[in-house]
Parts: sequence; structure tokens; C-alpha cells
Amino acid sequence: MTNLNLKPLFVALLSAIALVLGGCQSLNNKPDDSLYQQLGEREGIANVVEDLLYLIVDDDRINQQFKGMDVDQFHHNLTDQLCELSGGPCTYTGREMRELHSDMAITNTQFNALAENLILAMEQNDIPTGAQNRLIKQLLPLYPDIRNL
Amino acid sequence: MIKRRLMTLTVALLMAPAAMADIGSRIWATGGVTTIEGSAGGGLVPWALLGSYASDEEWGGTVALSRAEVDDYSLSVTGAGLNWNNRLEITVARQTLDLDSLVFTLKDGFGLEQDELNQDIFGAKVRLAGDVLYSPWGQWSAGVQYKRQRDFTVPSAIGARDDSGTDVYVSGSKLFFAAVMERNLLVNLTARATRANQGGLLGFGGDRNNSHELMMEGSVGLFLNRQWLVGAEYRQKPDNLGFASENDWWDLFVAWVPDRRLAVTGALVNLGDVATLEDQQGLYLSLQGSF
Repeated sequence: MTNLNLKPLFVALLSAIALVLGGCQSLNNKPDDSLYQQLGEREGIANVVEDLLYLIVDDDRINQQFKGMDVDQFHHNLTDQLCELSGGPCTYTGREMRELHSDMAITNTQFNALAENLILAMEQNDIPTGAQNRLIKQLLPLYPDIRNL
Repeated sequence: MIKRRLMTLTVALLMAPAAMADIGSRIWATGGVTTIEGSAGGGLVPWALLGSYASDEEWGGTVALSRAEVDDYSLSVTGAGLNWNNRLEITVARQTLDLDSLVFTLKDGFGLEQDELNQDIFGAKVRLAGDVLYSPWGQWSAGVQYKRQRDFTVPSAIGARDDSGTDVYVSGSKLFFAAVMERNLLVNLTARATRANQGGLLGFGGDRNNSHELMMEGSVGLFLNRQWLVGAEYRQKPDNLGFASENDWWDLFVAWVPDRRLAVTGALVNLGDVATLEDQQGLYLSLQGSF
């Protein structure tokens, strides 16, 4: 008897779930640029990258790896890359990540140092914690390419 | 005594010069804190994380003082650890369990004069594979804890077979970025083979069971931001002694990690029944310094 009484409720619940899921799917057809917005669009991202560069220069763990680089080019490319990864209207035009880092023998210590500096740069620019976490999540797939694993 | 040591540690940490800022490269709070058994983890459960902030080209260390006050007992722990290249963790811990109200039970029932139980724990943990932050499959470690009961008279009288024992465990930890309300979620799972009674404070093995058994332990923690972690832990326990039943442990914790040098952990702990005294609940506080 209990089963019979619960059946309409179960069907209603399933329909509701289907509606919600369907709704989400139709929303997802529009590109999600909420992270890009949270980061302050391209200008906000450019500011973060600039502060990141200052932190890198002062960081003895990693600054040698950046010796002799074209700072303007690096700033432009990384800004484009973070813009694209966060759902913004940019296209990264730099070299492929694995190729770029293949001769650098980047250690976990150095990768951690860069991650730390990125977090500090985002904090300096008052990027909300949630947006920081979302951006790092987008960057995670690059880890094996950068470490050449 | 413990209060004075806690004060000294706090003052020492606060007065540490700014030059000590670079004490390791791993991201804040990824060293976990020091468990009551000395290994890096939460309060009760070891995690796959290795203590301190040493990354793959660095050394690091930790010192910790912890205290749990439950209804009829109090436990003090002094612990220290070293981490080589985020590959190998070596730890030592001394536990002191004040028996408080059990003293009278022991005297009247067994004619034993004992007011505290001490245990030393020597631990080693190896990171086998992965990185808790960057690897899709998380970080995996294996560890051992060699435990030596220093006051075996009471454990022996209530049926424990040995005054020393070795726990072996495998542990996996993974941080899921932006997983819950855009916050990072840390998940840990540990499988431990043990024959320790109440972690070893009541000796090893017993009349009900005298062999190693597999126990599951787990914890979840949510980073509110990079300084605050809130979560819960659960630790399954053996039940080897006919003298008194033993329950699983659990806790709800808050950890504050203002920077790499200091971690403060507070928790509500539930140790269940301990040596005939029922439903032992209380507070846990732990202070950890890293270098």
C-alpha cells in the first residue's frame, strides 16, 4: 500500500529533476563567462598577470626560469590564455604549453611557487575566493604539460 | 605544564623573524596538521599528505602540542616530524592519557595504582604517487606506526596481549577545486591494519581478537578560504577486549592556518566508550608549528 501511495510522488520528483536538468542544459548552450566576469574581464586579468610578474621577479625559486624572456609578450600571452580559460572572448596565440616548457625541467617546488604567486596576485586584486578556485581548476589540466610529465 | 609549553611555542612562533617566511613551497595548509599519533593528517585520521611545506627539493619539519579533554579522560600529545622532499615523513609522538576518574575503578577493582598511561609512537610515511592538488587521481601514501606502551600494567590486567604493536596504513587524499559553493573540498580515505586497543593506549590484541584487522578511516574538509578549513573525521576501531567494548571515533574540526608557520585546530571529539566509561565526548585543541 505504501508503495502505491508513493508512486505519484516519485513520478513527480523524477519529472521535476528532468525539468531542472533540461533547464540547465538549455542554459549551458550560452557560453558561461561568469568566471571571466568575476575576474574583471580582460583588464582585470591583465592586472593580475602584471602583479604576478612582479612577484615572479622577486621569487628566487623561479625567477631564473624567466630570465631573458620578452616581458610584454609573456604578459600579453598569459593574459589571453587566462581570459580564454575563464570563458572570455580571447584566443591564446602563444606556443603550445608542453613544447614551451619541455626544456625547462620545472620541479614541483617551482610549480608550487608559481601557483602561490598567482594566488597572491589574485588576492592583491581582490578576486573573490570562489573565482580564484575556479580559475585554478581550469589551469589544472596544464600541470602535466608544464611539468613535462 | 602543558599550558606553559603551549604558551612558549606560541610566543616563539610569533617572534620568529620574517626571514623564516620561506619554509617550504607547498601551498598553504597542504601539510595537514599533526594527528594524535604524530603523522600528518587531521586530528584522529592520518592523511596521504606529508607534514610541513617541503616540496620536491626541500626539507621541512613540524612540532605540535595537542590536548583532548573528554568527560572522564584527558589526552596530551607532543609530536614532531621531518619531511624530506615531500617524499618521506618521519614522526615521533608521546601520548599521555590521564585516567582521572578511572583511577578509582582501577584501585577498587584491580588494586592497581595508576593515574596515567604513556605511549610512544614512531611513524614513517612515504608518498607513493600523485599530488593532492594537481593530480586527477589525488595523492597516495603508505605508512607505518610503531607504538610502544610504556605503562603496560593496566592494559595487561584488562586483557591486552602485547605492550607494542605496528599499524600499517594506505591513504589517499584529493583536493577538489571549486567543488562546493565554489570552495575547495579535501577528501581523505585511509585503510589501516591494526590490533591496537584505543589506539594502543590500552595495549595490543586481546581475548576477543588478537590479530590485525582492517579498519577504514575517512575525513572531509571544506576550505572556506585558504586559511580556514572546516570538516569531519571518522575512524573505525577494533574491539579486542572483553573487559570493555570499544567504539569508533569521530570529530568535527575547524583548522586555522594563518600562514605556513602556524596551524591551530579545534574539534569536538567523540571517542565513544573507553574502558567501561561511556560516551566520552569533549574538546580537542592542537597547535602546530612548521619550519
